[in-house]
Amino acid sequence: MTLSITHTPVYCLDLDKSLAFYTDRLGFEVRNDVPMGPDMRWLTVAAPGDTHELLLAGVDHHISPVDRAAMRDLVSKGELAVFIQVDDLDKTFESLRAAGAEILQEPTDQPYGVRDAAVRDPSGNHLRLSQPLAARA
Amino acid sequence: MDSGDLAHLRRARDLLDREYAKPLNIPVMARAALMSPWHFCRRFRQVYGETPYAYLQTRRVERAMALLRHGDLSVTDVCMAVGFTSLGSFSSTFTRLVGEPPSAYRARDHSGFAPVPPCVARAWTRPGRNPSKIGEAGGTVPA
Repeated sequence: MTLSITHTPVYCLDLDKSLAFYTDRLGFEVRNDVPMGPDMRWLTVAAPGDTHELLLAGVDHHISPVDRAAMRDLVSKGELAVFIQVDDLDKTFESLRAAGAEILQEPTDQPYGVRDAAVRDPSGNHLRLSQPLAARA
Repeated sequence: MDSGDLAHLRRARDLLDREYAKPLNIPVMARAALMSPWHFCRRFRQVYGETPYAYLQTRRVERAMALLRHGDLSVTDVCMAVGFTSLGSFSSTFTRLVGEPPSAYRARDHSGFAPVPPCVARAWTRPGRNPSKIGEAGGTVPA
């Protein structure tokens, strides 16, 4: 049996802001943007060449009304996270900082073999960026 | 819950997570949340379940645990590196939260943490966050 991950949800408070962040700022490309009625939009992005898609899941679309407020609160409080690897951490980080992203952690060489940094995405998700130290020129 | 100020409170908590090694006081934290000090303390506690000062102390102790696990810094160096200004208050706060003094914690075998991503270890080992202690000495990683 072959297993692979196809979609991972990232819960978003404002889909248009999130889409701009993940595409314009980080370099993801849109794979699907399908309006499915007033309350649903199937919006996925992926890294170029990657089959693993991030489902940008609007809390107001993807979470049932009874749990919507609780989910908005969790996202706003900063309790959810996304982990991404990049090939030039410092460049990516500086471009995010220049664009006004909230900074959680400056780029740091870690003893476990990566250089990593963290920012908030527009919804408040903890976005952790890493680059393997061996891959740095 | 009044949710309109959660992003402001998150920014203040992020400030504590980021600047824990600096001298932080309630007015500085409250300013990051665009709130009065009194209102900030009340709301932070409602939203995150502990006072901002308690959060800062556990953040500092959790960082100290990480540095002590690494083993190449002395207890005094670690104390200063994470924002405590006196070894006495560091030792007593650490012991109260972790259950043993920093020197004893530093001396233990921590090899069980090796496969755990550090930001996860950080959340798990933050004192008071989890109901059970992690059995790190045996090398097992909790599911």
